[in-house]
Amino acid sequence: MNKIEIENLTLQYSDGNESLRNVSMGIRENAITVLFGPAGGGKSSLLRCLNRLNDMADVQTAVGRIMLDGENILDPKTDVIALRRKVGMVFARPVVLPLSIRGNLTYGLEVMGESRRSKLDDAVERSLKQAALWDEVKDRLDDQAIALSGGQQQRLCVARSLALEPEVILLDEPTSGLDPISTAKVEASLQELKKDYTIILVPHSVQQAARAADFAAFFLQGELVEYAEGKSIFTTPVNKRTEDYVTGRFG
Amino acid sequence: MESNLGWKEYLITRAIRVAGYSAIVFVTLIFYFLLREGLPTLAEVKLTELFALRWYPIEKYFGILPLISGSLIVTLGAALIAIPFGIGTAVFISEIAPRWAREILKPLVELLGGLPSVVLGFLGILVLAPKLRLLLNLPTGLTALTGSLLLGAIAVPTVVSVAEDALDSVPRSYREGAWALGATRWQTIWRVTLPAARSGVLTAVMLGVGRAIGETMTVMMVTGNAPVLVTSLGGLFSPVRTMTATIAAEMGEVANGSVHYHTLFFIGMVLFIISLIVNVTASAVVFRSQKRAERVLS
Repeated sequence: MNKIEIENLTLQYSDGNESLRNVSMGIRENAITVLFGPAGGGKSSLLRCLNRLNDMADVQTAVGRIMLDGENILDPKTDVIALRRKVGMVFARPVVLPLSIRGNLTYGLEVMGESRRSKLDDAVERSLKQAALWDEVKDRLDDQAIALSGGQQQRLCVARSLALEPEVILLDEPTSGLDPISTAKVEASLQELKKDYTIILVPHSVQQAARAADFAAFFLQGELVEYAEGKSIFTTPVNKRTEDYVTGRFG
Repeated sequence: MESNLGWKEYLITRAIRVAGYSAIVFVTLIFYFLLREGLPTLAEVKLTELFALRWYPIEKYFGILPLISGSLIVTLGAALIAIPFGIGTAVFISEIAPRWAREILKPLVELLGGLPSVVLGFLGILVLAPKLRLLLNLPTGLTALTGSLLLGAIAVPTVVSVAEDALDSVPRSYREGAWALGATRWQTIWRVTLPAARSGVLTAVMLGVGRAIGETMTVMMVTGNAPVLVTSLGGLFSPVRTMTATIAAEMGEVANGSVHYHTLFFIGMVLFIISLIVNVTASAVVFRSQKRAERVLS
């Protein structure tokens, strides 16, 4: 079943750059959908539409609709704060907040108004286990989060989104700064997580796209070129441009 | 050609080195001069008299406590005004204001910082003091509060400018991280941006306080200059005299080398030590948080 339905989305920044041109696609529940393509293709812009983080940037026009569970989230009346709790996001560079490990995890819940210690502790343990970080940090939850290694920080960021019990998780090149071992750990936890969540991933390489994708969408200069099951798009792409990119002829 | 370059290089590095060392030399010389002129006070005036409650040098009363208390209360009042307003303005400029407003506000605030303090003092005497007198029903409008308000206005631009730079250097990704977790703009500012910029914000506060405590002209014009010990917050509403104003007012007519003269320099020493404490505290705090960051990053 489709969790998200993007209909004719066109996005233009106020400096005149068009970032997305008439994009339509459906995003399946409990699967990893990969958005890939060369830089500047509009992948991140699309991700940032899905949790309305673009509100804070200089977007001039956003035309079209993004239906999440049947509701248009681009509607100005949408409760953006509630939306961002439902649609979690992990960034390219791990952004740990200047707080302790525990503080990073409970921050989102605390700003929601949750203050019961037991609830918070449960959320900390559950989310760290889901992000495969629990064993490494369970004895030092009150240390500063910035003291963790890069890979741990990124999994902490994954855990932080999970603590809010979102339904959709957006990941914007979550492993671009990580070593192969940490990357493998993050990817493995994504495969676990898709059982419960809808995951949308912008990978940092075509190889990662091919490894992780259940479905994959190829973006080129704001245009959705091809969208298909991961198995087929990386082995038998239909579009010539997709084939050229996947086989490494450009990009 | 090459030897020519080497010459230039030599001269320039030498010039820079001289400039650098001269700063140290000047500060040392100033400090030495201050000590030479101020320390004799300790021999000439008994400590109990020096830290007594009466400043009336013509009759040989050299109690500097009223002056210290005057400086402290005026500075405290100024800090209470400048810190919330300064940080608030900095947050507004860097986090909330739309771009066009930011581009107007920032230079405007910096312009305000360049306003000569005598001009502000003038405004204080002509506008602020009479208004305060009527508003609070005081015998005179020239009070510690008047001084605090004006000093606050003097310190605000310093605080804003430094704090805004600190907030501005917080990576945008921190804010996005918090927004993506469903934090509102205010929650992001309060829990993420401000804590991340705290060492810079603290520096801003210390510099603002330092600016306020060393300010002379404005306070001399508007605080009434009565050397009375301030014992409670009620002292805000009566005239006081600060250390800086005392030195400025009396230095011109004092006999060179007299006890009074030495005592004025002694007051200068006290002032120097107070601002030293403020500055050392500030840099210690900043240094500590820097070291923590380094330890964490390595």
